[in-house]
Amino acid sequence: MKSAVIVFPASNCDRDAATALEQMTGRPAHMVWHQDSDLPDVDLVVLPGGFSYGDYLRCGAMASQSAVMRAVKAHAERGGAVLGICNGFQVLTETHLLPGALMRNADLKFVCRSVALEVDETQSVFTRKYEKGQQVSFPVAHGEGNYYADDDTLNRLEGEGRVVFRYAPGDNPNGSARNIAGILNEKRNVLGLMPHPERVVDPLLGGTDGRAMFESLIETLT
Amino acid sequence: MTAITPALVKEHGLSDEEYARILQLMNREPTIVELGIFSVMWSEHCSYKSTRVHLAKLPTKASWVIQGPGENAGVIDIGDGDACIFKMESHNHPSFIEPYQGAATGVGGIMRDVFTMGARPVAMMNALRFGEPSHPKTRHLVSGVVRGIGGYGNCMGVPTVGGEVNFHKSYNGNILVNAMCVGLARTDKIFKSAAEGAGNPVVYIGSKTGRDGIHGATMASAEFDDASEEKRPTVQVGDPFTEKLLLEACLELMATDAIIAIQDMGAAGLTSSSAEMGDKGGSGIELDLDKVPQREANMSAYDMMLSESQERMLAVLKPGREAQAEAIFKKWELDFAVIGITTDTKRLVVKHKGEVVADMPITALSDEAPKYSRPYEIRPAASGTPAFDASKPVMSSLKTILAAPDMASRRWVWEQYDVSVMSDTVQAPGGDAAVVRVHGTKKGLAISTDVTPRYCKADPFEGAKQAVAECWRNITAVGARPLAVTDNLNFGNPQKPEIMGEIVAGIDGIGEACRALDFPVIGGNCSLYNETNGEGIFPTPAIGGVGLMKDVAKMATVAFKRNVDVIMLVGETKGHLGQSIYLREIEGREEGAAPRVHLPSEKRNGDFVRLLIEAGGIDTVHDLSDGGLLVALAEMCLAGKMGANIRLPDGTDPIPFLFGEDQARYVVAFPNALTVRVTETARNHGIPHVLIGCTAPDKLLVEGIGEIAVSELRAAHENWFPNFMSGEI
Repeated sequence: MKSAVIVFPASNCDRDAATALEQMTGRPAHMVWHQDSDLPDVDLVVLPGGFSYGDYLRCGAMASQSAVMRAVKAHAERGGAVLGICNGFQVLTETHLLPGALMRNADLKFVCRSVALEVDETQSVFTRKYEKGQQVSFPVAHGEGNYYADDDTLNRLEGEGRVVFRYAPGDNPNGSARNIAGILNEKRNVLGLMPHPERVVDPLLGGTDGRAMFESLIETLT
Repeated sequence: MTAITPALVKEHGLSDEEYARILQLMNREPTIVELGIFSVMWSEHCSYKSTRVHLAKLPTKASWVIQGPGENAGVIDIGDGDACIFKMESHNHPSFIEPYQGAATGVGGIMRDVFTMGARPVAMMNALRFGEPSHPKTRHLVSGVVRGIGGYGNCMGVPTVGGEVNFHKSYNGNILVNAMCVGLARTDKIFKSAAEGAGNPVVYIGSKTGRDGIHGATMASAEFDDASEEKRPTVQVGDPFTEKLLLEACLELMATDAIIAIQDMGAAGLTSSSAEMGDKGGSGIELDLDKVPQREANMSAYDMMLSESQERMLAVLKPGREAQAEAIFKKWELDFAVIGITTDTKRLVVKHKGEVVADMPITALSDEAPKYSRPYEIRPAASGTPAFDASKPVMSSLKTILAAPDMASRRWVWEQYDVSVMSDTVQAPGGDAAVVRVHGTKKGLAISTDVTPRYCKADPFEGAKQAVAECWRNITAVGARPLAVTDNLNFGNPQKPEIMGEIVAGIDGIGEACRALDFPVIGGNCSLYNETNGEGIFPTPAIGGVGLMKDVAKMATVAFKRNVDVIMLVGETKGHLGQSIYLREIEGREEGAAPRVHLPSEKRNGDFVRLLIEAGGIDTVHDLSDGGLLVALAEMCLAGKMGANIRLPDGTDPIPFLFGEDQARYVVAFPNALTVRVTETARNHGIPHVLIGCTAPDKLLVEGIGEIAVSELRAAHENWFPNFMSGEI
């Protein structure tokens, strides 16, 4: 699997994503600068965590207007896989590659801790190596991860099996609607999630529950 | 021309004697810009005029020390061509006035100190002291400071991996916010601030200059009073996005060989960065302020020289490399301007609108700056062994202590910090020391910040020794070899002999402990005048230490891990209750002698524990500090989600044994199969040790004394902070 990691000026999980990708795929990821308007020939594009352009405006709002995002959109339209983690998820909603919005956490505080997630959907290139209903533990680290969409949209997401990860009952760290932690687009090739799978691929760092996501992608895209 | 009146001199925080010295050094009346420059460069904050004489006594050398005090940060060699660069610095006064921005810019400032030397910051720590919880400002200050630290560090993408939070009424009017940054570089790529050579371009990089923070360094060198709120305009405003760009751009420029010297613009901004670079390089510097990128219109030379706008750097490049450097800063969309040139005059010359507004010998700002041997008075240390009520129930006292403001879980704090970004945090907050892996290797850096202010108040010398010893012990307890420290000396007004006595005793205590433990001081910061309305804080010499472990897979943590592990207490227990948490929280008294640190025992016991961990198989260790043995055992139960059965050695007095704060002690737990090996090793090394029980499910039991469910302890321990912050208590 060939992959690229997009680097916005204040991305800060770009190295983490690249390290995890290299560890899992055995080949280095392409690092793509935000002003580039072309992507290299890759199977997977990762939008990493961070603060893109400082996020003093809405998180991800400025990034959605960047040159590289036009190329990412085109990649998604061609059916290419896109994984948006944390700030990457925010960029995906601002770009309208995914529905809904990510608001300030319900308690207005940044939160960094390990959360229990339930894998709600395994019919995707991102989650086929998980078991449906499996409980996994990923860290979250965000101030604006409170997923919101209107009821029709939420019903559609659920009806179409596009809610991939939910916070386990009682472990919702940000007030997200229906405990939603990660969702797919209609074509199921774009996933956005607030928790960080790339931070749980190394047993020394508190778990390996994120590995199955990369294994799913490798199996499908290689 | 502004006339230099006595009132103006006083407003600049300069004494009559100091002004007389300025007249002598300049051989004429200074201009207003020169007066401003003297004011900040001779401030306590920049000149260390009260402490330099004493700081010179600290041990600063070891074979692994690459750079000791005097640069932006200290540097140690951690093998394989890797260097660790770190420093701790205070931002106390600004954080009291404006907690969010004060703390945020404190984080930004210390990060710049580290990356200006060529390191990528890899971990942040902090040491925070607030007033008593019932003080009306405390909640607001805690909330703002924690958000500020998180807001800056999280955006930078550097994990904040640990620290300390204390509450005490001595900080009601003067909180302490000390931030430490640890970075990694290659030993052959370390950048310094000596602007050697004449004719080299001086370049300005980063944010534009505004009027914020003018005279911040002077403010930090004065006492507070009720009107201090009016100083809000001297607090700088942080922009972590720009700092992130500056970090990446600087590291990119540093990968070339274009730089001769580089220095961040911190306290006293353009003034101190240019004066220090010229001073260290033995050169002169000529600046043209018309070239400085400016955020506001009509800024005067005085404003520009004294602005403390954040996220700025000054560098001296090799001639002809300007375009190469400019391209990098353009890429990161940062300001870049050639604003001056180095000269061979050893003078700082500042031009503005075609006129020379300052022309002064650089040595007047460095070597010739005042240096005081202030009178001091060492007051006798508190003494005595306090009485206690032996009938108080031990287990309910334990529960009370675990829920005390100074002892309750800090989860509310650290969950607001990104602890795992950079994917190298192998031990997060909650243990004895934080551990971050050296990226791409098996090596780990163990980091701890420590000081117990109540010990320092009772006995400034022993208290400072204890701060160093506890830091060394915490680093040892995870299995690392302690290498060096940075100190952050927070004290009151040095012009009072009794306060100066605390400073001198504190520095002497640090020196003695650092020498005995082979733990040199490689940098630091003094924050004096921490007083409000004449009331000084407890002496608080915070120690930030760094250690190295060869293989993070062997790291120990505090959590009990297996049922029926044998629990061993290492070190000698006499039951020292003076100045203990038990005495304060249960008996309501702060009295008696502070515990003495016997440094040879500290070293011997710690070396033994480290030996056990390095040999492999010993993965559960906790140092003993606040609250003593029973609190340490409870913390190990809480972290491991299990219990323990403890039996007191025959003839021990329960309360002093369980809650005494004797130093140089650890709790170690291991499978029974290792008992013979561990106890034999202990005997062979002459280590006092006693087997006190074993791990068990669900509850903490002390035979013949009582028991308590770990879930009950957890509720008490976890609830205090969130309940306090939500106003429920």
